[in-house]
Amino acid sequence: MARGLVPEAIATLPLRVLLPLVLLTCFGAAVLYSAAGGSFWTYSFSHLVRFVVFLAMALVISRFPRDLVQLAAYPVYGAILVLLVGVEVLGAIGGGARRWLDLGFIRLQPSELMKPGIVLALATYYHSLAPGMITNWRSLIPAGLLIGLPVGLVILQPDLGTALAIAFSAAMTIFLAGLPARWIIGSGLVAAVVAPLAFFLGLHDYQRSRVTVFLNPESDPLGTGYHITQSQIAIGSGGIFGKGFGHGSQSHLDYLPEPHTDFVFATMAEEWGLFGGLFVLLIFGIVLRWGWSVARNAPDRFSRLLAGGMTVTIFFYAAINLSMVMGLAPVVGIPLPFMSHGGTSMMTNMICIGVLMMIERWSRLASPRRFG
Amino acid sequence: MRHRVSASTLAQSFDRRTFVVGAVQGGLGLLLAARMGYIAVAENAKYEMEAESNRVNLTLIPPRRGWILDRNGSPLASNRADFRIDIIPKRLVDTEATVSELSQLLKFTPDETQDLRDRLKAAAGFQPVPVADRLTYDTFAAVSVRLPDLPGVIPQRGFSRFYPTGPSVGHPIGYVGGATKEEYDKEKIPLLVTPGFKLGKDGLEKQFEQVLRGEPGARRVEVTASGRIVRDLDTREDVQGQSIKLTIDGALQDYAARRIGLESAAVVVIDCQTGGILATVSMPCFDPNSFADGIGRVEWKMLNEDDHIPLLNKALRGLYPPGSTMKPMATLALQLHGVSPDEHIYCPGGYRLGSRFFRCDAVHGSLDMRGAIEHSCNTYFWTMAHRVGYETIAPVARQLGLGQEFDLPGAKQRYGTIPDPEWKMRRYKQEWTAADSLNASIGQGYVSVSPLQLAVMTSRIAIGRNVVPSLMFGQPKPLGPELPFTPEQLAVTHDGMFRVVNGAGTAAASKLQIGDIKMAGKTGTAQVRRLTSRGSVSEWKARDHSLFVCYAPAEAPRYAMAVVVEHGTFGARAAAPIARDVMTCLFDPAKAWADLLAMEKTWGGTPAERMEAKYKAYAARYGTSAPKVGSDAAVEAAMTRAESSEAAVETNGVSTGAERGEAGSASPDLTTTASEAVESSPSTGSPR
Repeated sequence: MARGLVPEAIATLPLRVLLPLVLLTCFGAAVLYSAAGGSFWTYSFSHLVRFVVFLAMALVISRFPRDLVQLAAYPVYGAILVLLVGVEVLGAIGGGARRWLDLGFIRLQPSELMKPGIVLALATYYHSLAPGMITNWRSLIPAGLLIGLPVGLVILQPDLGTALAIAFSAAMTIFLAGLPARWIIGSGLVAAVVAPLAFFLGLHDYQRSRVTVFLNPESDPLGTGYHITQSQIAIGSGGIFGKGFGHGSQSHLDYLPEPHTDFVFATMAEEWGLFGGLFVLLIFGIVLRWGWSVARNAPDRFSRLLAGGMTVTIFFYAAINLSMVMGLAPVVGIPLPFMSHGGTSMMTNMICIGVLMMIERWSRLASPRRFG
Repeated sequence: MRHRVSASTLAQSFDRRTFVVGAVQGGLGLLLAARMGYIAVAENAKYEMEAESNRVNLTLIPPRRGWILDRNGSPLASNRADFRIDIIPKRLVDTEATVSELSQLLKFTPDETQDLRDRLKAAAGFQPVPVADRLTYDTFAAVSVRLPDLPGVIPQRGFSRFYPTGPSVGHPIGYVGGATKEEYDKEKIPLLVTPGFKLGKDGLEKQFEQVLRGEPGARRVEVTASGRIVRDLDTREDVQGQSIKLTIDGALQDYAARRIGLESAAVVVIDCQTGGILATVSMPCFDPNSFADGIGRVEWKMLNEDDHIPLLNKALRGLYPPGSTMKPMATLALQLHGVSPDEHIYCPGGYRLGSRFFRCDAVHGSLDMRGAIEHSCNTYFWTMAHRVGYETIAPVARQLGLGQEFDLPGAKQRYGTIPDPEWKMRRYKQEWTAADSLNASIGQGYVSVSPLQLAVMTSRIAIGRNVVPSLMFGQPKPLGPELPFTPEQLAVTHDGMFRVVNGAGTAAASKLQIGDIKMAGKTGTAQVRRLTSRGSVSEWKARDHSLFVCYAPAEAPRYAMAVVVEHGTFGARAAAPIARDVMTCLFDPAKAWADLLAMEKTWGGTPAERMEAKYKAYAARYGTSAPKVGSDAAVEAAMTRAESSEAAVETNGVSTGAERGEAGSASPDLTTTASEAVESSPSTGSPR
């Protein structure tokens, strides 16, 4: 490498992941250009601007020192929790459900921030937990509180999708932290019992119908099943090479719901076909593989859990969104990272990327041998 | 293992578990790739088709309906280009908001708005509901630009059925309307539920539906999910339905309809040479133009409450006692059975049968057969009928077309009754009496015939041949079996009928005023109520029916006609003048129209204008309080009701054993005793 010619900060950038991400984001911008009916300024411009802004933010995050991060973990978690309460209070005052705080320049969804936030808090907690304590059931109480508070608040909003995402990231972090396998199997069994009960007693009607319609979209082709059906039509009609850029009838004639946000993948697949889809999957594969390698090479337990949790968070976004648009999961409002138009998910995912870059830097500092 | 947990075992466990999670993620990635490959490759054809059926909307273009032409090729029913607006109920989001918005844009009156609500409520979801048609371009454009706020509303340019003479042709032609659920169930083709498509609901429109319909065109358009049309892809033109040509003379039909004026009447004109029906008029009538767009509640109330029964086709389905119009027929029957036309009968002002005395109109003195027709002397016919027996007259009546059904397209005919002893036994389980013979011989009692039958009878008498009526131009019906009358016998009857109009007869006031063309005819006055109730002639429904049959020119008959004016009093007073003017129209249209236009000024305009004025009065008075219109079935039921109420009126006077003279100048005190028993219907029932 041409060390010395470029500054260290740039030379150490993980280009093998940033380049694919830039490609994916630009591809996303192209799809959004088509989804807007051939207009660059509607979605694509802000999509690219946000990417640049949040990439800068990620680069800043990647420079944070480890001690600072560990020190700030609980305060950050607490601050997000306060924001969540704030949303609840504002919603109660303003009347009606609200998920965001209007900070003037951005509509901030605290529940989104909680996705990396919970990983940070749990990583800190399990890092500080004595190794022997992991098998003690009492160790679960603080973890349960850390998870239960935000998940409960988000369910109250009500935003089941995000609550599930937070719970999933948290559960995976705990799993990686080394919780005994039989506990996990046991809780899996409990979930198998609780899930049907929750389905019939705890869900709103619209949420329940989403699940039933997911199981049989044709039962309600013009209602809730419409989204799934139209999305599959878009993907299926794209074929291997797609209908060509700007020639997707499903998105252009409004058959596809949310063609620029939740169903952006269907918009893309209609015009770019199976090849476009495999390209997107490949890039997510590269990003996630990089995430796991960062996690495995991390210097200590805290950074390992943190990296693992961040990777899982990105994975959850992409996996649920792709499963949904292909008819493998119920319709939940989860966007596709780096492609869907929307600032909040871009922010969350870039925080995850930034944190992973940060940990990669820590491991470089811890074992300079690996570098070069 | 539990007691040996340390930082290093945890790190190992972390590595294992990241591997597991990574493997699961990789597996899921492969699953997603496989799923996408399956959708995009294996099921590509299916989804491509679905995307295409999303994108492309095939709109049927309702075919232009074939025209219905008169004998001269002018249209009785045609099409005109129009702008129309329909609603697909299934696509409505907020029905009430859409209705009020449309009502505002289209400037609906409250009752029209209510009609629209009713139609939407009754709609079956798939079927388009007409909102309005014949819109101006401005109104159409005003609705079109609001479409994004009005889902389910479909504005379109198309053709609508147009009847240039409106009510004049309503009964023979019928009307068109949107398909009902029942009709769609019977004929499950998409065309029936295409907005703007109308099919025949009554009369010839219904009978010739398949001929008139044509082939729909199709338009392929690219549409958005909300139904907005992005662009046209391609269009296939419709094929217009075939025309049908009738024997009807459109101008004559219109003239006769308008000449009826304020009366409730039927006119049938037949071409004696071909049997072609030149006019079949029943007035008042609904306006088929306004029926095509769905029947409004105010219009419906107006039609149902009219005691002139506009919904009944009186020419084919109205049954009336023919009264003295039977007498020319009777003279032929008498001659056939050996009565000499020169034999004189003395009329002392009536006829004694046993202990009862039947009153004639006047003391006619000594009359031969010709004079008996000329002066319509009942005594002559009673005497003769009693001599030869009524059962010799009935077969001749049937031979001449009375009580017969003819093979004509369109509305079913009712064929009425030519009674005889066997019929009375079957119908009433009673013996035929001598009094029955007397009544029947002058066209009263159980006798009931339709105006069409009277016209056919007149044409057969006029030329002595068995004329068979037809309605399709160029397809005359072959003559029936030869009639048994000699030219000499016919000449006697013709002479009598000639003298009715041109001699000192009952219709001398209705001579034709056109050069040397002479008309021959016979008046008839048919009793509606028993004489005892004839006190107040101011009650319309109690007045006698006025009838007139005639043909012209007298020496070489070309046209035969029957006119029946319900409750028009004497035959000479109401029916004969109408017949004279309609006949005039055949020979000198200019003169006839000039007379008519002058008369219409005193009647308040043309039938269409009068209906319009009446409609406005009704709308102002009842508005939305009028009951809503039912389905087609309800309309049909109302028409049937109209017939039965008519039947009740026409038979009110028939009481068994009651003597009935021709009303004429008979005074009330002359009525003999009679039971009050009123038969519900003397006819053998409608052929339905």
